[in-house]
Amino acid sequence: MIGADIQILMPEIVLAVYAMGALLAAVYTTKDGMAPLLTWATSGLFVLMAVWIGINGQGTNIAFGGMFVDDGFARFAKVVILLSAAAVLLMSESYMQRRGLLRFEYPILVALAVVGMMVMVSAGDLMALYMGLELQSLALYVVASLRRDSVKSTEAGLKYFVLGALSSGLLLYGASLTYGFAGTTLFAGIIEATADEPSLGLLFGLVFLIAGFAFKVSAAPFHMWTPDVYEGSPTPVTAFFATAPKVAAMALFARVVHDAFGGIVGDWQQIVAFLAVVSMFLGAIAAIGQKDIKRLMAYSSIAHMGFALMGLAAGTAFGVQAMLIYMAIYVTMNIGTFAFILSMERDGRPVTNIESLKMYSKRQPLRALAMLVLLFSLAGVPPMVGFFGKFYVLRAAYDGGLAWLAVAGVIASVIGAFYYLRIVYFMYFGEEGEALDGKINPVLWGFLMGSAAVMLIGVVNLFGIEPIAAAAAATLVN
Amino acid sequence: MIGLEHYLTVAAALFVIGIFGLFLNRKNVIILLMSIELMLLAVNINLVAFSSYLGDLVGQVFTLFVLTVAAAEAAIGLAILVCFFRNRGTIDVEDVNVMKG
Repeated sequence: MIGADIQILMPEIVLAVYAMGALLAAVYTTKDGMAPLLTWATSGLFVLMAVWIGINGQGTNIAFGGMFVDDGFARFAKVVILLSAAAVLLMSESYMQRRGLLRFEYPILVALAVVGMMVMVSAGDLMALYMGLELQSLALYVVASLRRDSVKSTEAGLKYFVLGALSSGLLLYGASLTYGFAGTTLFAGIIEATADEPSLGLLFGLVFLIAGFAFKVSAAPFHMWTPDVYEGSPTPVTAFFATAPKVAAMALFARVVHDAFGGIVGDWQQIVAFLAVVSMFLGAIAAIGQKDIKRLMAYSSIAHMGFALMGLAAGTAFGVQAMLIYMAIYVTMNIGTFAFILSMERDGRPVTNIESLKMYSKRQPLRALAMLVLLFSLAGVPPMVGFFGKFYVLRAAYDGGLAWLAVAGVIASVIGAFYYLRIVYFMYFGEEGEALDGKINPVLWGFLMGSAAVMLIGVVNLFGIEPIAAAAAATLVN
Repeated sequence: MIGLEHYLTVAAALFVIGIFGLFLNRKNVIILLMSIELMLLAVNINLVAFSSYLGDLVGQVFTLFVLTVAAAEAAIGLAILVCFFRNRGTIDVEDVNVMKG
């Protein structure tokens, strides 16, 4: 019995044991001397786990009396999380090494955060949800303030910690109300309790839970931590924040609203639609005045979360499928964009000012072209893959009877295109400014070009992600 | 007779005080940590009250988890705060403003 349960949790257990073993090994040997090795080993293990989960996973497995659910939906999210975390670790290595930032704790904390995310997306119970979420958040608070001697980084960590703890508190209060009025913490029990007219207490619980999730996915009006944390954290950490935790929080959001509150779609649909529309417009408008590319990416991620929430707001299996496709595309685009941002430096010092990109295309035509493709894709310009992501969520919203939301999404994406195009304008036109360094690490170059190539080649069939996402969504919504 | 509603009211009041403490406090980051703790303890009262009312142990198990996590959270929060103090030389909430957002 317990053996079968542990079998289902094997990937998480392996990663957790690995993280503890790595911690011991590093502390007892050379400490930071182990850091490069650990970074490569951790990212290798992530890829291995992703392959294992992707190939080995079959059907829906339930462990520990429903507390842990391993279904197609969870596996899809886990593969995306693991691969993006592996990519970010690989990109971080040389950047952090050169700046003396590569401490051995970094890959270990990332590994622990990833374990937390994997538990989150597989949660079948409010307790498992909370433990996974906190494991992820606590590790992320620490990596945000990784640059201990910088005011900005520690301030980012402090802000993230205070607002993250507030969001956990809100979520927990919602969880306690849900438990009290449903009489159980199991999602399967909560959905039974909501079968007939749900009590007011349950609805309150639902609202608090959604507010907590909105903080975690950085959806407006709970987005205020995002720009500061993105700006203050070291750039590789920002790249990590923009990818894996977003997927995990989004998947958790979908899991709870469908698995636990799937019987009262009408009640949460309007809240999610509201979050989506506010995020899209706030992300699009507030990014216009930004001068720092990391802050700009923060607002861009808020807008993108708005679009992903639009898919969720549809409340259908197709909506969840659109959300999954959107998140996978979003993560791929962001990895490429952050590979570019990580390579932006002048005299070996990182530069994040957008104006420093003036006439970049003249000196680095190929890299400028790759960035152009990525920015067009982020904006959702038709031939790139990013357009298809937007197209799926818009169609999901329209099919779900939320035509007004789809129209708002189109308008927001047109406004949002402005600031992406402004970067393109700086790169290709305007007067020449002080040049950035021409050197780029081959790993970063590979990720930048690979991601840009995916944005172009993916147009053919999106690498077959569509049926996989459909199958994953079908296991969640039925 | 003290019933479930009384406990829920106390918990709700504590929770709201915690939230107000976070937003209205302009003085000291330590007070933010205390407010966060207050919110989590309010949740614990809720969980224990429900657990006793429902005659179901799950709520108390949940409370134990919340207590442990709250301890870990406080440890990490204080560690970050110490790092911040070393760089900035102050822990006034008004001075957490290098980045405007």
